[in-house]
Order: sequence, then C-alpha cells, then structure tokens
Amino acid sequence: MIVINITKHLNTADGALEAHFNLSIHDGEFLTLFGPSGAGKTTLMRMIAGLEKPDSGHIEVDGEVWFDHTQKINLTPQKRSIGFVFQDYALFPTMSVRENLLFAAENAQQRRTVDELIDLIELSNLASRLPSTLSGGQKQRVALARALVRQPKILLLDEPLSALDPTMRQKLQDELTLIHKRLGVTTLLVSHDISETVKLSDRLAQIESGKILRTCKPMEFFSPQTLSGKLQLIGEVLKMEEDFPIVIVTLLVGSSVVRTVLSSEEASALRIGDHAIISTKAFNPIVMALE
Amino acid sequence: MESEFLSTMVLTFKLATITTVILLLIGIPLASFLVFSKIRFKSIIETIVSMPLVLPPSVLGFYLLLAFSPASVIGEFLTSHGIRLAFSFEGLVIGSVLFSLPFMVHPIQSALSQVPLSIFEASYTLGKSKLETMIRVILPSIRHGLISGIVLAFAHTVGEFGVILMIGGNIPGETRVASIAIYDEVESLNYAMAHQYALTLFVVTFSILLLVYTLNKKSLGGIK
Repeated sequence: MIVINITKHLNTADGALEAHFNLSIHDGEFLTLFGPSGAGKTTLMRMIAGLEKPDSGHIEVDGEVWFDHTQKINLTPQKRSIGFVFQDYALFPTMSVRENLLFAAENAQQRRTVDELIDLIELSNLASRLPSTLSGGQKQRVALARALVRQPKILLLDEPLSALDPTMRQKLQDELTLIHKRLGVTTLLVSHDISETVKLSDRLAQIESGKILRTCKPMEFFSPQTLSGKLQLIGEVLKMEEDFPIVIVTLLVGSSVVRTVLSSEEASALRIGDHAIISTKAFNPIVMALE
Repeated sequence: MESEFLSTMVLTFKLATITTVILLLIGIPLASFLVFSKIRFKSIIETIVSMPLVLPPSVLGFYLLLAFSPASVIGEFLTSHGIRLAFSFEGLVIGSVLFSLPFMVHPIQSALSQVPLSIFEASYTLGKSKLETMIRVILPSIRHGLISGIVLAFAHTVGEFGVILMIGGNIPGETRVASIAIYDEVESLNYAMAHQYALTLFVVTFSILLLVYTLNKKSLGGIK
C-alpha cells in the first residue's frame, strides 16, 4: 500500500501552479496517471522516486516513510525500492544488455534472475549487444527488465512507449500486461494515450493542473454510464466525409480502420483527431477466430 | 652531450606525464562542478579556468614567479617550510598544471554536458551512489572526452615554453626541458643539436597523437 499526500510549486509552460497530489495505491495495482502534458504527472512520478523533492507532505510505502516534511525525512532515490523506466530508455551505452541488467543486481540471487528476465523480454540472442545496436522497442524492453532486477516495491513508467511506432507500442503493451500479471509488481504509468490506459491499467487517476480530479476504472472514465452498449471500442477519428444527409466517419481502432455512418447532427460533435467511443446496442457482435 | 640530450628528453616527458596525471585528477571533479553546479559565480570560475587560453604564458609565469619569491606571502610561507618552487621541477609542475588546465577541463566538460541527465538518474534509481555512478557509468561513456583531455594536456605541456622560461630557467636535469633546450642551442648557434631536439619532439608527439586517435576511433565503434 502506497500513500501519497504531497504539494509542490510547479513552474509549467502555462505559468506557475500549486500542485497537490493525494493518492493511495493498492498492492499489485496497475495505476495510470492520465492527463495533458504540463499537468504534473511526471513530476509526481519523480517525487515518488526521490528524484525531485516535494515542498511538503508525506509519502509512505508499506509502512515505511519515504518522505515527510514535518519529520524532515527524505530518502534518496538509492534508498527507495523503485524501478524507474525513462522515456529516453537511459540505458548505459558502454554496457551490453546483460551488463546493464547485472549493474542493477545487488546480490547473487538478483544476479541469477538476470537471465530469466532477459528471456522474459525475448532478448536472449541479443544479450551481449550494446544498446546502440538495438531498436527502440528492444531498448525499452531492456530498460523495463533492468528496472525489475531489484524486485522493486513499485515500478514507475514515465511514458515509456511514447517514442515507439504503433505496432511496437501494441506489442510492448501486451508484454507489459503479461509482466505485470506474472510479477504482480505495483505499477504506476504516466500516459496520455487513451487506448494504452484502457488496455493496461486497473485504475486511472485523472490529473489536471497539478490536481488529481478523480480516480476510477478506465472504462468508467472514457464511457459515460448512459452508454451501456454490448460492444464498445475506443478509436480516433481519421476522416469525415459529408454526404448529405449522412456523414461517413472513418476511425482508427487499435490498428484496424472502422467506417461507420452518422447523421450530420451526430457527426457535428466530432472532429478529426478526436477520440470517440464506438458502441453498438441492437446487434450481438459476431466474434470469429482469425485464419 | 648525448646523456644531456637524453636527460632533457626524460625530464620533458616526466614533466608532461606528472602534469597530465595531476590534471586528470583535478579535471574530472572541476569539469563536473562546471557542468552540474548551479552556484551564481560559476562563470567567474569558468573564466579563470579558460584564462590560460588567451593569456600570454609570460603573464602567468611572471605572477607565479612573484608568488614563489620569498618576498611574497606565499613564497615566504613556502620558504619557511623548506619548499623552493622558483627554478625547481616542482615549480614547473605547478606552472604546467595551471597553464594546461583548460586543455584538460574543456574536453571533459563538453563530454559530460552531453550525457543525458536520465543516465545519472537511472543509476541512482538502481541504488548506486554518485561516486559509483561516476566511476562505472559516466567515466566509461565519456572516455573520448577523457582521452582528448589527456592527449591535449600532455602535448600542450610538452610544447610549453613561456611559463617554463619564466619560472624554471634553464637548469640541466632540473628545469631544462626540450623546448627550452632548442631555444638555447639555437642561441649558441648549435643547429645540429637544436635539430635533434626538435625532430625528436616532432616524431614523438606525432606518434602519440596518431596512436591515441586511432585507438579512440576503434574503441568508440558504434557508440558515437
């Protein structure tokens, strides 16, 4: 159980703001910090890691105080049981994949798990390669595995997939889900990608201007209660073709393209680039296996 | 004559080696300070480090000579403890360290400033101290900067003339280095000897530079 109640003065691109984060995270939970850039998501993550110092408040992990303003406690990042995955991977350039992982290991037991982790991220045949020879997706997998070597109490992922192409992104999302299920490590993800958030997280914390507006299940957040459809998908509007009195809307759902017909009135609420919910009520969707 | 030539060359490279080692030890912390410190008067320190690039060596030599003389506070303190820096090898080392400082600090500073902050932070979140991070992660990844610094500081010390002339003079076996010897031999119209010094300096420094740059290119491989 992780309890956070901290404040911090932030200087963002839109001016100064007083951030106040009050959040508790359950053991083994996958929580996503969701919100626009500049809202303070990354700063919150960095304060949990000890890379930045809150102005006041309290951070407690499994009964151990990591930060307390009144008691003047502020554990260094080294003393916090965390795994941090950076947006730019931050792999050590002079060390091979295996050496990067071994660097993180603190004892013989952790050193033994290194090869297991390399297997888990499917990079056994590249274990002796230097990071500069790997693709973006492979680098991010190494960074993830490296963060897991010390068996941290909390895994912090700072927009780890944002620099990857959509296919690789999806593959890594699947892997993240798998790893989270297998290791059960409490995970905190910073994201502003809707499909990523829905797919990965148990719970979502909506952050705007340095405040947590609410926490809820991802589907509750993205789909209003009134829409209890049988089939619900979230997609991005790619194209809208007006053909009076109807509008043909093309949406991207995952990696597939869906076309549907809306009335001009319904379509007026949509714009290209918007995220939208596609739901169907009347018909039972047919699901068939591929191949 | 031959033995004097040899002892002069040995002295030259001994001075350059000791200066380079001291500069490496000072240069890494100083460059880290210049890159990461946020104190207000940092640019003053930066300027002082860079001064030898633009200052005539005779200016530095002149002030060092004044400082080393028993008439000054520093000199008086040193003399009372039995240390004589003017016209001594130790004095030359101090002069060379100051004079070659920017040649060591600048390459390290520029290499360090290119290391992303997240590399440091990643190491900290993996439980490693600042010192361990520096030794195991940062120094290996800025080795091209370290090598450039070492080569430049070494070569610059070998080629140094003005400061040494001012504070070292021309004492064989003590302060007479190759660049001074060349000047001295030319003054006494002994061109053959001057040529011997000059060619040796040329060949040796050329070989060192060539070797280092070749190795550097190879070891960098895919990193750069």
